Parts: sequence; structure tokens; C-alpha cells
Amino acid sequence: MQSGLKKKLLVAALSLGFAMAVPVAGMASDTIKLGVAGAQSGDLASYGLPTVKAAELVVAMYNAKGGINGKKVELLIEDDVCKPEVATNTATKLVTDGVHVVLGHICSGATKAALPIYKEAGVVVMSPSATNPGLTQSGDYPNFFRTIASDDAQAQTEVDFAINVIGSKKIAVVHDKGDYGKGLAEFAKKFIEESGKAEVVLFEGVTPGAVDYTAIVQKIKRKGADTVIFGGYHPEASKIVSMIKKKRLKVTFISDDGVKDDTFIKVAGKNAEGVYASGPNDNSANPLSTEAIDAHKKAYKEDPGAFYENAYSAALALLNAIEKAGSTDMDAIVKALQTEKVDTPVGKIHFDARGDAVGVGFAMYVVKDGKYVEVK
Amino acid sequence: MDYFIELLFGGLTRGSIYALIALGYTMVYGIIGLINFAHGEIYMIGAFTSFIVATVLSIYGFPLLAIVVIAAVAAAVWSSAYGFTVEKLAYRPLRKAPRLAPLISAIGMSIFLQNYVLLAQTSDFLPFPELIPEFAFMEPVAHIVGSSDMVILVTTAVVMVALTCLIKFTKIGKAMRATAQDKTMAVLVGVNVDRVISATFIIGSALAAIGGLLIASHIGQINFYIGFLAGIKAFTAAVLGGIGSIPGAVLGSLVLGLTESFATGYISSDYEDVFAFSLLVLILIFKPSGLLGKAETKKV
Repeated sequence: MQSGLKKKLLVAALSLGFAMAVPVAGMASDTIKLGVAGAQSGDLASYGLPTVKAAELVVAMYNAKGGINGKKVELLIEDDVCKPEVATNTATKLVTDGVHVVLGHICSGATKAALPIYKEAGVVVMSPSATNPGLTQSGDYPNFFRTIASDDAQAQTEVDFAINVIGSKKIAVVHDKGDYGKGLAEFAKKFIEESGKAEVVLFEGVTPGAVDYTAIVQKIKRKGADTVIFGGYHPEASKIVSMIKKKRLKVTFISDDGVKDDTFIKVAGKNAEGVYASGPNDNSANPLSTEAIDAHKKAYKEDPGAFYENAYSAALALLNAIEKAGSTDMDAIVKALQTEKVDTPVGKIHFDARGDAVGVGFAMYVVKDGKYVEVK
Repeated sequence: MDYFIELLFGGLTRGSIYALIALGYTMVYGIIGLINFAHGEIYMIGAFTSFIVATVLSIYGFPLLAIVVIAAVAAAVWSSAYGFTVEKLAYRPLRKAPRLAPLISAIGMSIFLQNYVLLAQTSDFLPFPELIPEFAFMEPVAHIVGSSDMVILVTTAVVMVALTCLIKFTKIGKAMRATAQDKTMAVLVGVNVDRVISATFIIGSALAAIGGLLIASHIGQINFYIGFLAGIKAFTAAVLGGIGSIPGAVLGSLVLGLTESFATGYISSDYEDVFAFSLLVLILIFKPSGLLGKAETKKV
């Protein structure tokens, strides 16, 4: 490890030194260079390390088959500690080393800081975990893709479901005042208003841990809401759902993946029946997902960590795009990502013009007989 | 008007919940001038005890009424034992120490008991069985005031009256008042002060345990942290009503509960706590000893 690091530093120093005389020496090599950037140390390392393992497994698989178009795939792994100020250095280092595509970064802030550098260098970047909506929606980064749904996609799924499937007309949006719950609730409110098909009759936050939610439930009733969209976690959701039943109120209750948890059903009991919640698409029926997880268990003797399947899918998508494009040119790869569908653990995906994966997202679940089942 | 009545009952229920816990705070403060921060945890232990007893009994198919009574008695006894022990271990050795020492000791006990339950039981939320059934005769008004609301309201009223009688008309009540007025003088006239203080902790803890059973059944869930949040609100209510005064604790709790309920109903639940604590600040500015509190006279 120590000598490896020294070697890397030496290479970095040398390439910096020679950068002027010999423009990007790495380009001449006969390998495809896949960069992996993200938190690999520090307190957020557990979010970034599974991505490194996913990349290693996918690359080993490709190289065992003889590489891409006759070229072996080489990994360049760099740590950004999830800090924007470090991520710019990481990106510069990878670009200097002649990276062709990058898998990463992990955190939204670090990704945003690094993207302009890759864009300048014409490098395609794909994140398994950066969910900030602006990364794709701003349109600033045509080189950016991701295999995870953005934060607002969940709110969009809930609102579409309420309006189109349930037929809600008057919606009360309630949240728990937290970052996650309030953020989702604000998106839900925006999407309901934009749709023009339903009206937001109430938008309020409740205090988590309060002993009694009678007042807010009576207020929901007074506003004549037919549906409640709740942003937050299961303890509050189960208290509100129980209170709604106690006050003989008939409304549809829709919530998020903070509530799509078996503890919610255990605590709310029979009051949980009929509650809808959005959650990530279920991949367990996908044989590729099982295969990816088995490969990890075999290689590392443990279950994979956070964003492993998203990272595995991103690595597959990137290498597949290079193979189909037949070159490492940015425009060719972007075109291949958008047109060529690829089978991955998160489903058969391709990417839309903004860079979000089509087919990766949220599904609606309903509590039926004490279990969450997907609403088809 | 309907809406007003709904909010009124919502506020009264909330206030009664605070009152069941606030009574313990106020009793202890009235006698030894200590803010017993571990009281919220005694309430939580009461809720856990009744949860365990009720779960076991329902497995053996006991009728609901028997379950409620046995669980309530078990919780009261168990919590009293905790209250008694906490006083003996953490407060009695500090009886003569400066006021700050037992206060810190109380905060320490609170943290200790919370983590003890976290380790000995679980960090998860547990579903609390519905021990108060939906009474058929309440059905026409169930959308305004439910069965569990009614039971909580009635229990709080009964407890307040019983406590007042206990303190006014019984021998132990007389001893409590004597201890509260002047500990040294009480000893001189033959009052066993240590026993009176222990009795106060036992009564307060038993009340908290009954509160734990009723409130957990009303909310439907418990975890190790419920005592802290409920304790802070109940303490606020006790201060609002005048800490040390029993009718004051109940009045303060009701005022706090109603303020929160109406603030949520007519303005926004985003500002629920803002209104509750603004009210506290206002009352303390104009009446520093609380609504029914007696101004403390310096003994020379």
C-alpha cells in the first residue's frame, strides 16, 4: 500500500513535470482507462468503497473475456473523501493520467465540483449515488450520467400516483420538518401545483416525537383533503395514520421510502393496511442483480455495501458504451449511452438526454395483509 | 364551531397527558426543591413494564380489563421501585450538597436509564397494544373525542383530586407539607423526613407509570426515547403552572396543551412549539412563580 502510494505520487509528479513537454503521455497506452473516484477514506468511506469493489469485479469480468475491442481495461482509483475541494484535485489527477471514462463521484457536492474539469477534458462521468436534481436537470453537464434516481423523482412518482391512479383532487402535504421529509414535501407541492389537476389544501410540518397529533388530523379533515402525502419517517407516519383512523377520517395516505419499512407495518398494525409508499424498484427478481451480489460474496466473503448495484450497473453501462461506440471519444460514448440499451442489475437501462437512467426509479407499494406489495 | 370543539378536546387530551407526568415533577420540587430530570425516564420505564406485562398476559388469553389492571399495578410497582432507588442512590447522598450537584446527578440518572433501556430492551419502536378499547357508546362522538382521550381526561381529573385530598387530609400529606415548609423544623417535631421524601418519589413514580400505560396505549408505540421528549414538555407545563403546586401543574399542562392545539389548528403546526414557549416566556415575565405558584420567600 505504502509503496503503491509512493509510486502513484511519483507518477503524478512526473506526469506533472512532463505535462508541458510531452502532452498527456498516458493517451498513447493500449488500455481503456476507467477512473473510479469517490470517498474511499474518512467517515463517508462506506458509501464509496462498494463502488470500487463493483468496478474491480466488472473490470475483471471484462478482462477475462479479453477486454474491450482487444484492449484491456485498467482501473485508476482516486479518493475524494466526499469533499468538493478535494474532488477538483482528484479530477485533475485522473484527467492528467489520461482517464477515458470515470465512475463516480459518490457525493453530490463533490460530483458537482469535479464535473467542469471532466467536461473540459471531454471525459464521460457516471455516478452511482449523486442524487441532487440539479446535476442533470441544469443541462450544464452533457458529460454527466447516473444510475440512481434523483431526489425529486420520488416526489414525482408519489404525485403522479395520487393524481392519475387514486384520482386525488385535494391533497394535504405534511412533513416532519427534517431535510429529507421537508425536501420531498416541497417537491411534491411543486409538482401538484404544476400539474393543475389537483390542489394543495394544506402544507405543514409536524413536530417529531410529539405525544399527540389530534390537531393536525382535525385540520386535514377541515381542509377537506381526500389524500395526505407525508414526507418523513415511519414513527410519525404510524402515529398520524392511527390518529386518522381514530378520528374516523377517510383519506388516502401516501408516503415515501422512509415509511416503506417493515417497522412501520409492525408498529401501525392494522392501521397500516391500505397505506401507499414509494420505494426503489425491486431488483431481487433480476438474475443479473443476484449474479452481481453473488460475485461480491465470492470475492470478498461479505454482503455488498451501499450503492453497490448502482455502481455495478454504471460500470457495465460505461464499458458497454465504449464497446458499442468503438472509441473513447466523448460524443461517441454519449451517443451510445443514450441509444444502446444494456442489461444491468438495476434493469435494462439507457439514458435520457439529461443523463438520468431510464427505467431506474421508484415504484409504488401498498400495505396488503401486513406486507408491502408493489402496485402494478 | 365543530372545529373549535374538536381542537378544544384535542388540546385537553394533550394537556392531560402532560399533566400525568408534570404532577411527579411538581411534587418532588415542592418537597425538596429538586428538578428530577429522571422523571421522564420513570414514565418510559412504566410504559415498557406495562408493555411487557400486557404482551405476556394477552398470550395467556386474559380478558382485556384484567390485563389493564394487572399491567397498571405492575407498572406502578416497578416504576416506584425505580423512583425509590434513584432517590436513594443519586439524590439522598447529595441532600446537603449545593443545589447544582443533585441537578447534575438527575441529568446523569436520566441518561443512564435511557441507555439502560436501550441496551436491555431495544432501540426499535415497539407497537403498544390498544389497552383501551373503543367503547360503543362513544361512537357518535368518536370523531371529536375518542375512548382513550376520555379515559385520559377522567384519569387526570381523578388523580388530581385524589392527590389534593392526600396532601390536605392525611397524616403523610401533613408530613409532606411540613417537610416542604422547613426540613429542619420538621425533623425537630418528629417527622421522618427521609421516609416522607421516599414516599413522594414512590407516589410520583406510580403516577408516571399509570401515565405511561395510558399514553402509550393512546399513541400506539414506545421506544427508549419517549421519556425525554414528554418529560421536557411536562416540565415546561409544571413551570408554567407554578412548580411545586399540584393544581398548578394540571392547569399549566392544560394551558400548554390547548395553546399547542389551537396554534396548530388556527395558525400552523410549524409554529406549535414557538407558541408554546412564547407563552411560557410571557407568563414568567409577568408572573415569575408561574400561574398558581407561591412567590418564594427568603427564610432568614
